[in-house]
Amino acid sequence: MAADLLLSVKDLKVYFYTLRGLVHALERVSFYVNRQETLGLAGETGCGKSVTARSILRLIDPPGRIMSGNIFFEGRDLLALNKAEMRHIRGSQISMIMQEPKISLNPVIRVGDQVAETLLVHDRSLNRRSARKQAVDMLAQLGIPDATRISRRYAHELSGGMGQRVMIAMMLVTRPKLLIADEPTSALDVSVQGQILELMQKLTKDIGTSVLMITHDLAVMAQTCDWVAVMYAGDVIEMGLVRDVLKHPQHPYTQDLLKTIPDKGNPNEPLYSIKGNVPSLLEPWTNCRYAPRCNYVMDRCKREIPPRYVLNKSHQVACFLYEGQGEIEMDKECFKETASP
Amino acid sequence: MRTLLNVTKTFDKKAARSQRWDARKRYLKDSYILWRRNRLMVAGTLIIVFLILVAAFAPLLATHDPYEQILHNRLEPPSIQQYFGTDNLGRDIYSRVIYGARVTLFIAILVAAISTPFGLVIGVVAGYFGGLIDEILMRLADVFLAFPKLILAVAFAAALGAGVENAIIAISVANWPGYARLARADTLSVRNNDYIQVIRSMGASNLRVMLGHITPMCISSIVVRLSLDMGVIILTAAGLGFLGLGAQPPMPEWGLMVSDGRQFLVNQWWISSLPGFAILIVVMGFNLMGDGIRDILDPHLR
Repeated sequence: MAADLLLSVKDLKVYFYTLRGLVHALERVSFYVNRQETLGLAGETGCGKSVTARSILRLIDPPGRIMSGNIFFEGRDLLALNKAEMRHIRGSQISMIMQEPKISLNPVIRVGDQVAETLLVHDRSLNRRSARKQAVDMLAQLGIPDATRISRRYAHELSGGMGQRVMIAMMLVTRPKLLIADEPTSALDVSVQGQILELMQKLTKDIGTSVLMITHDLAVMAQTCDWVAVMYAGDVIEMGLVRDVLKHPQHPYTQDLLKTIPDKGNPNEPLYSIKGNVPSLLEPWTNCRYAPRCNYVMDRCKREIPPRYVLNKSHQVACFLYEGQGEIEMDKECFKETASP
Repeated sequence: MRTLLNVTKTFDKKAARSQRWDARKRYLKDSYILWRRNRLMVAGTLIIVFLILVAAFAPLLATHDPYEQILHNRLEPPSIQQYFGTDNLGRDIYSRVIYGARVTLFIAILVAAISTPFGLVIGVVAGYFGGLIDEILMRLADVFLAFPKLILAVAFAAALGAGVENAIIAISVANWPGYARLARADTLSVRNNDYIQVIRSMGASNLRVMLGHITPMCISSIVVRLSLDMGVIILTAAGLGFLGLGAQPPMPEWGLMVSDGRQFLVNQWWISSLPGFAILIVVMGFNLMGDGIRDILDPHLR
């Protein structure tokens, strides 16, 4: 692996013990994020993107449980840390921006104080006054005019874009090494989305923060990410450099996904949609989950789980179509059925 | 409207401060209007203010020493010299009722100060952690809720021994489960909010989340509940006094005074009735005020 590796997630498996049965939320999530680079995590609703994000911070609440896998952050396995060590990592090393700024900010605390709170959580020696000052500085850096006054406002007094700026300030004020952005712009007006993305990119670059960008908007991904990992039903089915994956998608699902983007040049072309439905995650994982919807489906896809084939250094794909075209990814044992504890 | 216009002005500290001051003034003014509109609440508040003033200036208002026994002067009916008459030991009932306001307030305030924080902590912890902790704490609360408050208070007071301090402890013990349940319910509704997740994802400890972000959200409903409970607390204290488990003679406690007059109820009605009226009026005052506070704190009515 490259020396500048920051985060690597390996065969993460997360199940939810619900009343309706065991939900196999994540089965084999593997990807890595390099320092100062952005990885986009794509996939449709319910494929496990947000669960992945929460797992990294170990914020999976019961009935959810991380069954197996590793999350290496700067060489340390986050799943092996104790609660206090993990708490120290949250916020100061890894931060997470949520989707909806309006409900992600405490309605009864002034936004400036919330930004300051992040600092105070991690630095007991810091006094409230200087934390507030830093918070205001951070807000100003995010292009908030008159940051001192805005910092005294409550969340409901701010617009969506302003709220998301506050969220970003809150998460970047501690200068974390990794920022997880869980669909940071999907709740915003299209006109504001661009601004927010640009700001995020600029600031993370200045601070030197890597970004794990979760989105289902492939346009956003093309614009902001260096790497892309495509998820389907709890599995990362394709990962590679953004230009490789978007220009030469290999997995049939990625190909279909890209075809669903409406072509703005041709108004008469019918919209493309992937046939079939997202599979139920209640069923155990015994074959390729995309098989029922796939155009290239083979017999084998219905019986076996495809391993990940490494096509080249920057592109891997989990599909039997590529058998023999590349080595099977990493250590082979990770594809064996792991006994559940 | 004024605040909206001010946004366009450039920021200066003085303006911001006066803006905030304006907002606070507006809030108080609105509260005042709501308060005045509710006649019953005005009455309740005046009663409570009156009670507090009486308690504060008891030595000035009292005409006699509340403990002084003038035995040749016993069982005198109300007169110009002794407004409420005298009891079986010749003590001036008016002065005793005045001093009784102090005892009543003392008990009510201490019970509130003990049982609300305790209930709040138990409720927030139970609601926040859920699962087994929730189960244990709430079943414990259920045990206390299974008995009528007065019965439970009597049992505890009897076990601890008679006395004002023990009565306070007994009433607090009987009272906390109500606040715990309320705080738990509020916690459950706040806990799953996204902003709590955000705070946790920032690395805040459970203690910090509970103290800084959940407890403040529970306070307002607890305050309303407490103000409605005040009457019950005073009634329970008087009940304990009446049964001889609360304040001990010769303390001028209203419940105790009612009890003292029992045997003279037919011929010397004033010994029991007048302290009884004091209890009635104060309890009513607290109840009326509590109802009003609920309305004032309800943002939908603004």
